[in-house]
Amino acid sequence: MSDASINASTVHEGEASFGDYFALLKPRVMSLVVFTAFVGLIAAPVGVHPVIGFCAVLFIAIGGGASGALNMWWDADIDQVMKRTKSRPIPAGKVEAGEALSLGLALSGLSVIMLALATNVFAGAFLAFTIFFYVVVYTMWLKRATPQNIVIGGAAGAFPPVIGWIAATGSMSVEPWLMFALTFMWTPPHFWALCLFMRSDYDDAGVPMLTVTHGRPATRKHILVYTALLAILAVGTAFSGIGGPIYLAVALVMNALFLHGAWKIFGRNEDNSEADDFKVERSFFKLSLLYLFLHFGAILVEATLKPYGLGGW
Amino acid sequence: MALNKEHELHKRRHGRNLGVGLLLASFVVLVLALTLVKVTSSGFQFPQTQSEQN
Repeated sequence: MSDASINASTVHEGEASFGDYFALLKPRVMSLVVFTAFVGLIAAPVGVHPVIGFCAVLFIAIGGGASGALNMWWDADIDQVMKRTKSRPIPAGKVEAGEALSLGLALSGLSVIMLALATNVFAGAFLAFTIFFYVVVYTMWLKRATPQNIVIGGAAGAFPPVIGWIAATGSMSVEPWLMFALTFMWTPPHFWALCLFMRSDYDDAGVPMLTVTHGRPATRKHILVYTALLAILAVGTAFSGIGGPIYLAVALVMNALFLHGAWKIFGRNEDNSEADDFKVERSFFKLSLLYLFLHFGAILVEATLKPYGLGGW
Repeated sequence: MALNKEHELHKRRHGRNLGVGLLLASFVVLVLALTLVKVTSSGFQFPQTQSEQN
């Protein structure tokens, strides 16, 4: 068969569109990265030119997307086993794993260099470290090795507000690390709730999720403990430089709801959960998305009001 | 096989090529805007040349 005939017949079926390559960047994760990095940038005590701010958030997002593509390249084998990831471009046969690798590496280099040029070298270096952490430490090393994968791996998703802050200030302080800690502590209960109602997915793929290694009752206990620790941290942040009365009100309401949800999950067993198709676990997962959005939204509001003498304490 | 100007491959990949083209054009505009902001900022200084340093 000639090259021409390959083009005309084989490749023609299900050929990758522009959208398939974009899907390699995990757009939903990217939206979280964009939002938290933007909040980190705005909450910083230094004003940034809008064009530089836009570039900073864009290149942090591209860096996040690049790590997503590299994650899909490495995890192509387990992605085709899990229901949740089966339709991703590589397992769906739209994009070759090697293409994801090339795209991921190219975008990693581009995002790091451009962020360093647009803002400062420290921010670029920190973005490079974040990509390394997500791809090498989490995806290649921890994900298939330990049930604490999501706890440590969650750090990668928590770095963007720190990078946003560094992009604005060129230095580090306590406040961006509070934003980091918020996402870091939020990730485990968020993911473990997903594991509870996605049941056999991680089992089938052989990924040592807590539900697989320690059992589902232990996972429910872990969700409650992490949610309690998260609540202390989230409410405590209200009294820091990035907090204020609006943030405190949001944190009190959201953490009360989140703790209530975690308590309900803890009090249930598999029979209860299967009877209502994991209704409580599903609503806890949805609430977790709103939880993070509102906390960062409140930090953003406090920072935006500060120049008018309204935000903060 | 005769080579047509508009090969079937071009039609098939039109969306992808258009997307890449638009992305590259946006990147050029972005770099231009970034450069303008950088060189017009108050703290901007041309790097010293070797002869100026001596």
